[in-house]
Amino acid sequence: MSAPAIEVRGLRRVFNVRQGLFAAPRQVLAVDDVSFAVPAGSVLGVVGESGCGKSTLARLILGLLPPSAGDVLVDGKRLADMDRRARARLIQPVFQDPFSSLNPRRRVGDIVAMPLVAQGDVDRRETERRVAEALERVGLSAEQGTRYPSQLSGGQRQRVAIARALVLRPRIVVCDEPTSALDVSVQAQILNLLAELRTDLGLTYLFISHNLAVVEHVASEVAVMYLGRIVERNESEALFREPRHPYTRALLASVLTPEPGLGVPDVGLGDIMPDPANIPPGCRFHPRCPQAFDRCPREAPRTTLIPGGFVECHLADAAG
Amino acid sequence: MSSLLETRGLRVTFGGTAAVRGTALTVEKGETHCLVGESGCGKSVTALAIMGLLAKGGRREADVLSFAGQDIRNLSEREMSRLRGDRMAMIFQEPMTSLNPAYTVGSQMTEVLRRHRNATRAQAVDRAAELLGRVGITAPGLRLGQYPHQLSGGLRQRVMIAMALMCDPELLIADEPTTALDVTVQAQILRLLVGLQKDLGLGILLITHDLGIVARIADRVSVMYAGEVVESAPTAELFAAPQHPYTRGLLSCVPVPGKVRRDEKLGSIPGVVPRIPPGFVGCAFRDRCAQAHAACTGTIPRREAAPGHEVLCTLPPGWAGKAAA
Repeated sequence: MSAPAIEVRGLRRVFNVRQGLFAAPRQVLAVDDVSFAVPAGSVLGVVGESGCGKSTLARLILGLLPPSAGDVLVDGKRLADMDRRARARLIQPVFQDPFSSLNPRRRVGDIVAMPLVAQGDVDRRETERRVAEALERVGLSAEQGTRYPSQLSGGQRQRVAIARALVLRPRIVVCDEPTSALDVSVQAQILNLLAELRTDLGLTYLFISHNLAVVEHVASEVAVMYLGRIVERNESEALFREPRHPYTRALLASVLTPEPGLGVPDVGLGDIMPDPANIPPGCRFHPRCPQAFDRCPREAPRTTLIPGGFVECHLADAAG
Repeated sequence: MSSLLETRGLRVTFGGTAAVRGTALTVEKGETHCLVGESGCGKSVTALAIMGLLAKGGRREADVLSFAGQDIRNLSEREMSRLRGDRMAMIFQEPMTSLNPAYTVGSQMTEVLRRHRNATRAQAVDRAAELLGRVGITAPGLRLGQYPHQLSGGLRQRVMIAMALMCDPELLIADEPTTALDVTVQAQILRLLVGLQKDLGLGILLITHDLGIVARIADRVSVMYAGEVVESAPTAELFAAPQHPYTRGLLSCVPVPGKVRRDEKLGSIPGVVPRIPPGFVGCAFRDRCAQAHAACTGTIPRREAAPGHEVLCTLPPGWAGKAAA
């Protein structure tokens, strides 16, 4: 197996949130002791509900937020020791909303050129050449490079964001909900493009999504996040075939595949919503867990190794 | 017996754009009819046109637009507003923007009943609490005193549903009611809608872009493209034997766990939904369609592929089956 492209060790991020003018600040533990490694050329899918910390994780890995504790290693080097330019050459983002992530006052070509310009040592001819190459790679014409984002469709804008991410020829692309704002037909085009780019350019993806069907389609490994922790991680195929954590099972049960006659499943989660500012004691999933028993609220589950990955659940611990 | 809701030849124009071009839809009592399509295809405008809630500049015409046997084409704004919220109710995608942030849940919910039914405050509060319980909200008394921002997205959507049900409507129009929610919450809300429909005999017109939702809750599906219903069929029939190239394209775009292999290319539809000027003739999908031929620029026939299965396409019914064989 090749060396990991991204390695994350004991990553933690705490936010101090003030809920009122005179209220004491509360601590929100957005990412809590997350560790994983992504081998070069593979795709780690990260899934979970809103507020589970998956976007914070993306920002920590991109170096857009400093961690409260822990390390991010890219290609074996600590991200914290690199300057912004070096970081940008290794790792690039594609965000959810191509409407707000592109500067509306700049032409597409200039948007795509920006990472090169920011490097400061690429001359104009080389910049133009690389921009043209990146646009072509993502299926945009040179003519579209002269337009403004508002003149493009949502799918074309997301292609621009991908071209911008590729122009520095990074090793890793962090995709944070890259297709959530798009229609299904456009989503399919973008997913196909991302898959093609990965094989052709040998890219490694961290692919964050709330859509499990999409993650199953693109990811080689999947990490399930719940209130800041990875509660289960496994090879994609194994995780979808045999989910171990009750939360993973509930997430999978919620996926509505286009198969008529199956009805809407009962996911059995109740109506208590997870609150990252108020993490339950013991297993943090226990208030919603249909299988919780007396041990769950008292004691945090240990990490139990399973073939291909791990799970954090008392049930798996007892069974194993 | 007449349908609960019936439209024929529903047309909406905004200046130089024909947003809805002759839509025909029926919703029977106790039936869920899903209107599916991509953004910009005219789904929401159709719903707003039915409710008489089009934005300024929108012009509505229809050959038939009737609700429970009553022609509602020429109702005055006053008469329409008497129907809305009472016998026909609507819920929207983003409950945060459709709830008033300055009023408590209770005051917004009771207003509906007091306005339409002249109920007393106490009666309205009782009804609101009962319905909050009905949509699965624990401690309804507490929730009635809270403001929308104090609720989670799932709770807000439950409140919206409860509010829509205050006057026992016969028709519920739901425009992407779960799109802003997490999948887990989406499943809960959809289960709730299905349960309510069974108990109350509601007719539901549900607008969505999600074919998974359609498959799981619809009795009947209409696929909309560029302002027209291009295919309409009972749900099982549509998924088993889709006829229109657009429907088939949409279905092939959806990754299905266990069915589409990893790294296998997903189907996709090239291009984007075009803007259609008034007076446009022919199939609006022809520029994106692999099967397009000369006849597609003429008037497109509405054919019946099977009983209750209509397709707006020049291809003969069953073309796809033959092509595969």
